[in-house]
Amino acid sequence: MMLRLKTTPFHPRTEAIMQANQWRRWGGYSVASAYEMTHDREYLAMRNACALLDVSALYKYEISGPDAHAFLNRLVTRDISQMQPGGMAYTPWCDSQGKVVDDGTICRLDEGTFRLTAADPNYHWLEENTAGFDIHILDVSEDLGTLALQGPCSRDVLAEVFGEAVRELPFYGIIHVENDLQISRTGYSGDLGYEVWVPSGRAVEIWDRLTEAGKRYALQPAGIWALDVARIEAGLIMLDVDYTPANKATTPAQASTPYELGLGWSVHLKKPHFVGKKALAKEKAEGSALTLVGLEIDHQALASEHEKIGLPVPFPFVPWREIVPIFNDEGQVGYATCGSWSPTLKKYLALAQVKPGSGEDLKIDIMVDRFRKSFGAKVRKLPFFNPPRKRG
Amino acid sequence: MKHYDAIVIGGGHNGLVHAAYLARAGRQVLVLERRPVVGGATITEEIYPGYKFLIGSYLISLLRPQVIQELELAKHGLELLPLESTLVPLPNGDYLADWPDHDMTRRELMRHSRRDAETYEEFSLTMRRLSLAMKPLLDLFPPDPTSLAPKDIEQMARIKGVLGNMQRRDFHTLCRLCTMSIADFLDEWFETQPLKAIKCTSGIIGTFMGVRSPGTGYVALHHYLGEIDGVRRSWAFPKGGTGAFAQAIASAARAYGAEIMENAPVHQVLIKHGAACGVVLEDGREFYADRIVSNADAKRTFLQLVPRDQLPGDFLWDIERFRTASPACKVNLALDGLPTFSAVPQGSEQLLRGSIEIAPSVDYLEQAYDDAKYGGWARKPFMDALIPSLLDPGMAPPGQHVMSLFVEYASSEMDWTAEKKAEFLDVVIDTLAEYSPDLKSKIIHKHIMTPRDIQDIIGITSGHIFHGELSLHQLLFLKPSPQWAQYKTPVRHLWMCGSSTHPGGCITGAPGRNAAMELLKDWSA
Ligand SMILES: Cc1cc2nc3c(=O)[nH]c(=O)nc-3n(C[C@H](O)[C@H](O)[C@H](O)COP(=O)(O)OP(=O)(O)OC[C@H]3O[C@@H](n4cnc5c(N)ncnc54)[C@H](O)[C@@H]3O)c2cc1C
Repeated sequence: MMLRLKTTPFHPRTEAIMQANQWRRWGGYSVASAYEMTHDREYLAMRNACALLDVSALYKYEISGPDAHAFLNRLVTRDISQMQPGGMAYTPWCDSQGKVVDDGTICRLDEGTFRLTAADPNYHWLEENTAGFDIHILDVSEDLGTLALQGPCSRDVLAEVFGEAVRELPFYGIIHVENDLQISRTGYSGDLGYEVWVPSGRAVEIWDRLTEAGKRYALQPAGIWALDVARIEAGLIMLDVDYTPANKATTPAQASTPYELGLGWSVHLKKPHFVGKKALAKEKAEGSALTLVGLEIDHQALASEHEKIGLPVPFPFVPWREIVPIFNDEGQVGYATCGSWSPTLKKYLALAQVKPGSGEDLKIDIMVDRFRKSFGAKVRKLPFFNPPRKRG
Repeated sequence: MKHYDAIVIGGGHNGLVHAAYLARAGRQVLVLERRPVVGGATITEEIYPGYKFLIGSYLISLLRPQVIQELELAKHGLELLPLESTLVPLPNGDYLADWPDHDMTRRELMRHSRRDAETYEEFSLTMRRLSLAMKPLLDLFPPDPTSLAPKDIEQMARIKGVLGNMQRRDFHTLCRLCTMSIADFLDEWFETQPLKAIKCTSGIIGTFMGVRSPGTGYVALHHYLGEIDGVRRSWAFPKGGTGAFAQAIASAARAYGAEIMENAPVHQVLIKHGAACGVVLEDGREFYADRIVSNADAKRTFLQLVPRDQLPGDFLWDIERFRTASPACKVNLALDGLPTFSAVPQGSEQLLRGSIEIAPSVDYLEQAYDDAKYGGWARKPFMDALIPSLLDPGMAPPGQHVMSLFVEYASSEMDWTAEKKAEFLDVVIDTLAEYSPDLKSKIIHKHIMTPRDIQDIIGITSGHIFHGELSLHQLLFLKPSPQWAQYKTPVRHLWMCGSSTHPGGCITGAPGRNAAMELLKDWSA
């Protein structure tokens, strides 16, 4: 029994519906890549009905005490000084060189308590930055399970289970329900969606109530593959895939700044001192080495190259995650970090970091049968997919 | 009589590596080993029939990947079986384990301290970066910073280039680690006693210093420089024991044309007109060569094999004061079945396949040193235990086991009578039995190598496992003597290639290889 990965509080339920033993690791837990044999239906539910995702592997820290607000505002790049109870924000945080340590959400649970979510363990990083602040940090990662309900019907399902008040929840708002639960209007799908924060002891009960109510709305439990397609469509970056966190980088050059990751909008240089401000102000003034772009790969050309030699056309629907060089006519200008066929947009998408000023018409190498060929990759505005219902 | 290009005195692993490189470059080489078997401190011996004992070294990590590849050691039989875990059983029945998996280790540490679980990752990444920066120095001859010779200046520039890639903060950490005691350094990172203790042990392996002695930080770093197939900080058991590893190098050396003669103890280096030209064996046989290279430790080489009047006084002064007092013993047990450890929870028996450390706290380790430093032994010794037969079934008859225990501290400076030896062996077994109640009932045969035995049997002065202390005052351009740290000696045509030279002890092959590179360059110049 000892040498097993942790399982999330929802495991009794997720294990029961797992059809193909497609488990993967995430933050020390085993979670589903897909529950069904393929992730097609899981993805489609996210865009057309609603998908239920177990995202308990996120690290979660509760920060309280008289200086909690000031501490967090100093830690992260975004100005959260105006955040009221019930508010929530997405932000990266950096080291003193302005390199991203992690990214996640901060919410204000009540007057004096905040909760930070992160992809990697951050307890030590938080502790290191507490000097001079009267705060208390509690690692609640294992005490809380988290379910994401994403997709156009997610609001209806939640209203049935938790009452109509959910409908009033604004984009990036959080409310308390049933004493010890919270619902926030957040997610990683770029769609209308919510996250439910559940004490571990109630995890199975909440799963059951949601799936029961969800029956009338074609609710579908979904795994990481489905979510990965959705997050690429939404142009959302991922730690360890699209960037190396500063404290894991072997050399400073391996790490990235928020500007390089398309997160410049979340760096508020006007607020008082925060970790990395000086370096980021310098970068803002002098320009960044790289910038995040969305790429649309010329799928028609890819198709015709395959048809020419009698092979079926590939639709890479399980997202790839690797470093692939990106060129313009002068040579390599950057690299893509992930890519996927988008069933919603009917386009082959990729996220890439390229030198600013590399132009709009880039190129990427793709294997056709056993040979490498160059294909066009056009720079597109991110997010690729941004339905009005996300904020509506 | 055949005239060789080079004679290597000693068939330890460095002598063999050295000979292989010279032979590979087309030189006529003769290796003379005093024992009936080559390997030096890397040997496997069937002390008790059917049970293979590791009477010297037992694990490999620092062995230079170049040596493996250039000498094609895999082809000559080297097989490395990486260790996957570290177990620290505690007196209260609990344990701490370093699991073969990042997430599992994190979970384990969380049991002891949430804070340490987080710091551990940062610590590991920091040590990884420091070792990446330091590693290239293993393969360079150490330049003399006071010298203006072009080759020293060029080498200094190369080192500056290597260190120049480091982040400033890492460089500062490196300087502090090298000069601090390992216990003080770890106090800055962790709060869990057994975690600190286990990390401390790298700082005292082979070293007659306590975990609170300044300088042990460097010794710890030395043990972080290894890798197995690119996995940094990983240690592996060579199938067949370290003796099989020595046989693989010997086979490579022979394949390149080197001659290896066993039972051939050298009595003296022959010197003519101030230059070494041959050796005379204890049985009177003489062999001649253009270059004589000693794999024996510095004290043995210069205080026994070279006539005193051939050496400058200041050099002799340095060598006489080269620190070699040793704290390390080796115990091997033949066991009737696998012993159990009370601390190992059911279902986690795989932890016995890794190393087992008797190092419950920092104070325990320091106390062990205190007990021994005035010329005695630790009443509760530190032990690094391994059950090789769980990794390589060929080490013992089916179902039976051998156990290798590296033990500190027991002073090389005491009078090791047969009674004392037996008494200390009991201390070791009693201590281990506190963690493994059925151990004693399973012992078929027990064997101890005290520092005195290591000296007498393996042939290393004071039995020092590294051929001399790895302390800052005798490292790099100071090893073994300030002006003679580049494998050459004050006697023309007499060279060194053993662990008393840079980068020092452990199974590395680096002194042997570096010395061969320098000698070959010198020859062609
Ligand atoms: C008990 C013990 C445990 C160790 N554990 C490890 C370990 O697990 N991992 C690790 O990496 N390192 C370990 N070490 C250290 C490592 O084994 C040594 O640093 C290394 O093997 C030394 O190699 P060497 O070739 O430089 O010298 P040696 O192996 O000492 O070889 C010197 C050779 O010279 C021969 N010789 C000496 N005088 C004469 C003479 N007059 N004529 C002919 N021949 C002569 C000797 O017989 C010997 O064979 C251990 C050492 C010991 C003693």
